[in-house]
Amino acid sequence: MQVVSEVGLILFCTHIRVVVAIALIVTAGATNAQVAAYKVVDDGIPQALTTASGDIARGRALVANRYQSMCLLCHQAPIAEEKFQGDISTNLAGAGARWSAAQLRLRIVDARRINPQSVMPAYHRIEGLNRVAKTSVGKPIFDAQQVEDVVAYLVSLR
Amino acid sequence: MTNYLLTLVLALVLALWSLHTSAQDPRRSSFDAMSPATQALQRDDSQNPAMLWVKEGEALWSRAPVSGTKSCADCHGGLSRMRGVATRYPAYDTSSSRVLNLGARINLCRTNHQGQPAWRTEDSARLSVEAAIALQSRGLPITPPAHPALKAAQQRGATLFASRIGQVDLSCADCHTTLAGKRLGGAKLPQAHPTGYPIYRLEWQSLGSLNRRLRSCLSAVRADASSFSDEEFVAIEAYLMQRANGMPLETPGVRP
Ligand code: HEC
Ligand code: HEC
Repeated sequence: MQVVSEVGLILFCTHIRVVVAIALIVTAGATNAQVAAYKVVDDGIPQALTTASGDIARGRALVANRYQSMCLLCHQAPIAEEKFQGDISTNLAGAGARWSAAQLRLRIVDARRINPQSVMPAYHRIEGLNRVAKTSVGKPIFDAQQVEDVVAYLVSLR
Repeated sequence: MTNYLLTLVLALVLALWSLHTSAQDPRRSSFDAMSPATQALQRDDSQNPAMLWVKEGEALWSRAPVSGTKSCADCHGGLSRMRGVATRYPAYDTSSSRVLNLGARINLCRTNHQGQPAWRTEDSARLSVEAAIALQSRGLPITPPAHPALKAAQQRGATLFASRIGQVDLSCADCHTTLAGKRLGGAKLPQAHPTGYPIYRLEWQSLGSLNRRLRSCLSAVRADASSFSDEEFVAIEAYLMQRANGMPLETPGVRP
């Protein structure tokens, strides 16, 4: 976001081309790194994936959207307006009381690091996947900000 | 008298045995999990929308595609002669040295014996003929033949069934073995026995093949269907039929 608004400003300057070129390289670099680097400590990821903090409302909207996040296909959550919640795993109500933010982050980023057999998909991983649809190749299910938004929402469920 | 008693006892034992084995068999058609209204649609031929395709298939069976060519009936006789055929497919075809599903087998007759262009998988005419043929086997147990090439396909299918694929990284087995019976959102996960194909699916508003069903599952896990060769798709079908070995065919099925 910041880069884009800076580009807007810079367009008024004299050295337009050089600066725009540099700005483009910066954004390209950012979008190519589709998966943020992170460090697992015990059974969690203590460090947030983004500098901007997670947004509870955006996280709730993501969890509620079964096509984008698929959460409600497997879990129930205190989102009454969404009918047809699945019964494959736990009810997410109280998740913030059961788990720390670090633990929740790892479970969203890559639950299979905890249990390789788990059916819970890894939301922030692109390695080791097979026969991915062309429109999804090289993209994790959630970008880093979406992970943080969902973590913020889960933490709020106490 | 003793003869009569003996027969009675034998009949009783047999009845109990069959009850016992069906109670023992944990395999279920997804028909069992459907709403009574959808079950009624499948049960009653006068209501089953798939019967429209069957009627069309019966007509295509006995009509020559163009004048001067032979109809299916000219070579095979009445459709009732096809009883049992659908329970055996996919099967190994010696003339093409390939494992073929019933639709592909129909296409071979169409190209080789009728000189017509092959039908595409979801061509309504192909589905119609397939449904009309499979209806002749309704109620008969699925019985994949023993053949080394078919066995190899089944094994390849079993491996594919167990492989995690797509951006969501799930296997067929995750959903249809591990999680079968659970609710994935609003849908009860079936064991995925292909007992009713081609099916009329309410969501499609049309008859559709097993291949089409598999493609829906692939897109659910955001997998690339075009990365699967025809051989791989048929291998999965062959494995599914082997997994459903002995279960009665219910074509034409209705599914939500
Ligand atoms: C395909 C099924 C599936 C999907 C989709 C799914 N999960 Fe899970 N989830 C599971 C299962 C199964 C577990 C149980 C532990 C395990 O197997 O790893 C789990 C565990 C969890 C846990 C920790 C366990 C607990 O007690 O609460 C959290 C939190 C969680 N999931 C949140 C989510 C969120 C948020 C989403 C969507 C962004 C999601 N899950 C999508 C299947 C799923
Ligand atoms: C994420 C879960 C999921 C995965 C993975 C999945 N399926 Fe399915 N499958 C379903 C659901 C849900 C249905 C049926 C319910 C519906 O869609 O209405 C279904 C239906 C089927 C049916 C139809 C059963 C019937 O009675 O008509 C078959 C066959 C099948 N799947 C095979 C497969 C195969 C083979 C694979 C792997 C290539 C696979 N599925 C992967 C969820 C899945």
